[in-house]
Amino acid sequence: MSLPFLLEIGTEEIPDWMIPAALESLGALFAGLNIPASDVKPDATPRRLVLRARELPERLADTEERVMGPPRAANPKAVEGFARKLGVRPEDLAVESTGKGEYYTYLRKVEGRRVIDILAEALPGIILKITFPKTMYWTGKTGPRFIRPIRWIVALLGDDVIPFEIAGVRSSSLTFGHRRGGRALAGAGLESRWDTYEQTLRENFVILSAAERRRKIEDEIAALHVRLKPDPSLLETLVYLTEYPSPIVGEFDPQFLELPEEVLITVMRHHQKYFSVEDESGHLAPRFVAVMNTSADPEGLVRRGNERVLRARFNDARFFWQADQRKKLADRVEDLAHVTFQAKLGSYLEKTGRVVALVKELGGSEHAQRAARLAKADLTTELVKEFTELQGVVGGLYARAQGEPDEVWQAIYDHYKPESMEDSIPRHSAGRMVSLADKLDTLRGCFSVGMAPTGSRDPFALRRAAQGVVKIIVEGRMFIPLHSLIGGDPQLTEFFEERVKFYFRDVRGFPYDEVNAAIAAGWSDLPELEARLLRLKKIRPSPDFEPLAASFKRIKNILRQAGFAGGAFSPTLLEPGPETELFDEINRAEGQPIEAAIGALRPKVDLFFDKVLVNAPDPAVRANRLAMLHGLLERFKTFADFSEIVTNS
Amino acid sequence: MESFQEIIFKLKAYWAQRGCIIQEPYDVEVGAGTMCPETFLRVLGPKPYRVAYVQPSRRPADGRYGENPNRLYKHSQLQVILKPSPADVIEQYLGSLEAVGIDLSQHDIKFEEDNWEAPTLGAWGIGWQVMLDGLEITQFTYFQQCGGIDLDIVPAELTYGLERLTAFLQVKDSVYDIEWAPGFSYGDVRFQDELQFSVYNFEMAAVDTLWKLFDLYEGEAARLLAAYPKSAEKARFPLLPAYDHVLKCSNLFNTLDSRGAISVTERVGVIQRVRKLAVGVAQAWADQQGGAQ
Repeated sequence: MSLPFLLEIGTEEIPDWMIPAALESLGALFAGLNIPASDVKPDATPRRLVLRARELPERLADTEERVMGPPRAANPKAVEGFARKLGVRPEDLAVESTGKGEYYTYLRKVEGRRVIDILAEALPGIILKITFPKTMYWTGKTGPRFIRPIRWIVALLGDDVIPFEIAGVRSSSLTFGHRRGGRALAGAGLESRWDTYEQTLRENFVILSAAERRRKIEDEIAALHVRLKPDPSLLETLVYLTEYPSPIVGEFDPQFLELPEEVLITVMRHHQKYFSVEDESGHLAPRFVAVMNTSADPEGLVRRGNERVLRARFNDARFFWQADQRKKLADRVEDLAHVTFQAKLGSYLEKTGRVVALVKELGGSEHAQRAARLAKADLTTELVKEFTELQGVVGGLYARAQGEPDEVWQAIYDHYKPESMEDSIPRHSAGRMVSLADKLDTLRGCFSVGMAPTGSRDPFALRRAAQGVVKIIVEGRMFIPLHSLIGGDPQLTEFFEERVKFYFRDVRGFPYDEVNAAIAAGWSDLPELEARLLRLKKIRPSPDFEPLAASFKRIKNILRQAGFAGGAFSPTLLEPGPETELFDEINRAEGQPIEAAIGALRPKVDLFFDKVLVNAPDPAVRANRLAMLHGLLERFKTFADFSEIVTNS
Repeated sequence: MESFQEIIFKLKAYWAQRGCIIQEPYDVEVGAGTMCPETFLRVLGPKPYRVAYVQPSRRPADGRYGENPNRLYKHSQLQVILKPSPADVIEQYLGSLEAVGIDLSQHDIKFEEDNWEAPTLGAWGIGWQVMLDGLEITQFTYFQQCGGIDLDIVPAELTYGLERLTAFLQVKDSVYDIEWAPGFSYGDVRFQDELQFSVYNFEMAAVDTLWKLFDLYEGEAARLLAAYPKSAEKARFPLLPAYDHVLKCSNLFNTLDSRGAISVTERVGVIQRVRKLAVGVAQAWADQQGGAQ
């Protein structure tokens, strides 16, 4: 017989961004029990993590267990004793021959355990093993840890409660609805059954399915007839921040539109979790969409409340915007002496000095140098102190308002870009230069004082900074001698090489072996590396390429095994036939692009290995052959190390 | 319409009915209600405790000369400590909002992740900011550590922003327009505080004098802390006065900071100095109160 299973862990509000991963963890832990289950379905709201399955067996299947007894030659008393222990007669025992001789054995039937017992035993451990980025204790320092306090647990198998207890909470069949949702339900538990559970919740203003909550938000926004600025990650946040989401439209005074859109949107999105609305021409409209965690706002109280909060926030922003204008960015640079960049690396004024010098060293224009000088000055403004996520953007906007040339203000505006691998690089060369120099300075500084990232700890986001440098150089097609800028620090060089690999492999999608092969031929000039990778990609499918690569790997092994450490090559020692032919072909390939050379080279290499013994008895001939093969590898070493290519042969 | 003081009365009555001692504000300057001994020291150790008090909280750098409608040098927090936190703590909290006249079935309430941390106190906790129609009205924290000590019993700390809550209830856009008592606005009562402390903190505070005071208070706290381990009569040792001196240091640090008198290199060091004292008091207090039982 099979039974439906329902587990609901009722908690206080779980942070929205942790919920999907927690559900995945719960599902995996349950699967680890190896109980055959059909239609396993995880669901969650901020206040409940739920796992349901349509069918679980009532009992696990019976199994058999082989019990080993004494050797056949043993004293009959020992055999009797063995049988008695199992509760059977000696004649029920079997005799089996094993590697060590013949032994009495018994095949014992093990009755499958009741699943309710297994679950009662296992669920507390499973629940407390769900992984969260951060946990707390709430019953005292010796108590269990979870993301937020557990307040109730529904655990049902069929009609029976699976009995267990965590942190003083006993499992039961009682669930709870929305905290207030429309009618007062506080304190009253709701009887739940597997087949009515979801409906019971719905009637009590809880939509269990995240997909359904998302749809409700989207559909109801569509019915509001406003054009949203699309924001998938905000939508995701709201789906997991609510049990019963309902969007409403609010308005703000159009006079606030004189403030930059960037500032208005940041206030709405980051501080209030509102969607921004745009008009037909794509400009910001004086409206917003908030998503409530309740069913309706019939009297407009929630709308008016949100409008007032937004008005206060916008007033603050306007106050800061106007106050900040009283002192120009250029006059703020010296104030950066009071803003710490990093305790061991001094102030932002010192950093600014270094970045300006680096921009100059890299041949940055006057505009780039000017932008570098002003880039960090917005850290002293009230607006950035209030909205730190707008650093750079605010500086750019102020620079524009203060009459700096386009190239300068845009470079300041863009200089934190790219903020992720999906983000674009700064729009102009001046911005790229400033961004590059700023990030390189951070990397060089942090590595020089021993703050390289370790494992998952990367508090200064140095990986992102280095990836940003790589992306800017490649996509901006810049000629930056990366090695000479970081080469003094072997640890930083190694770190960068990893980032270069990551960029081409994970961001650009080149196969890892091609990336390894091309990088082995050097990576200081990144646009050039990119060009080689593109060429490599093109020649890879040619029928001659992989066999040739396999031969190169072989050559490398031969040279290594022979301990080849260089040596003179003399054409006079060549044997006529395949060896000379290969030599001629290597010479012919000189000066030719690799694309043209491989077709002719491959048969000669194959023939050579087919007919010629590298390990010739005459040491002089052997050394000469090794030198020739070494020369062949050297011929392509500025393009790629083909021995890194993974071949099927 | 409820006045500012009526809202305070109602909240105090609500928590008194739930077993809280109603304390008066602590009479040493603090930046937050958490710093009062009623919270900072009482959360330590195994003894249950329940207390509620209104605490004026001074943040010199937030002063705006009385010109900004939402930002204050000195605002009022209602601090509630429930140790241990009851299982229905959130329901009790929501009940307090209803007690001041908020019909929660007509409003939107959300608990958004916001973990609290006070490096100068060696204290942190897990919790939320409570949003009412998009307005942050309360910080809700389950204390985990205080003075660098893992807490035996986890208290819930509720910190209500009373001006904001009142502005919400009275539907006022400026804090200065809220009615404190019939016939008196918040501005009538507090405008001069905001103006004069802003002038003092930003323009006139004598930096040399404040540094001297800082050193003196720090010295006195440190002297006591150094004497405690050797004391023959630990049970009567004056740790509470030592803590008052730490609070003085903390407020002086904040004032010096708003005056722009603390340089980059000094800043981290000064925070460390205050933290060392605060953690020292917490540890000595845990030892003293544990031993005195």
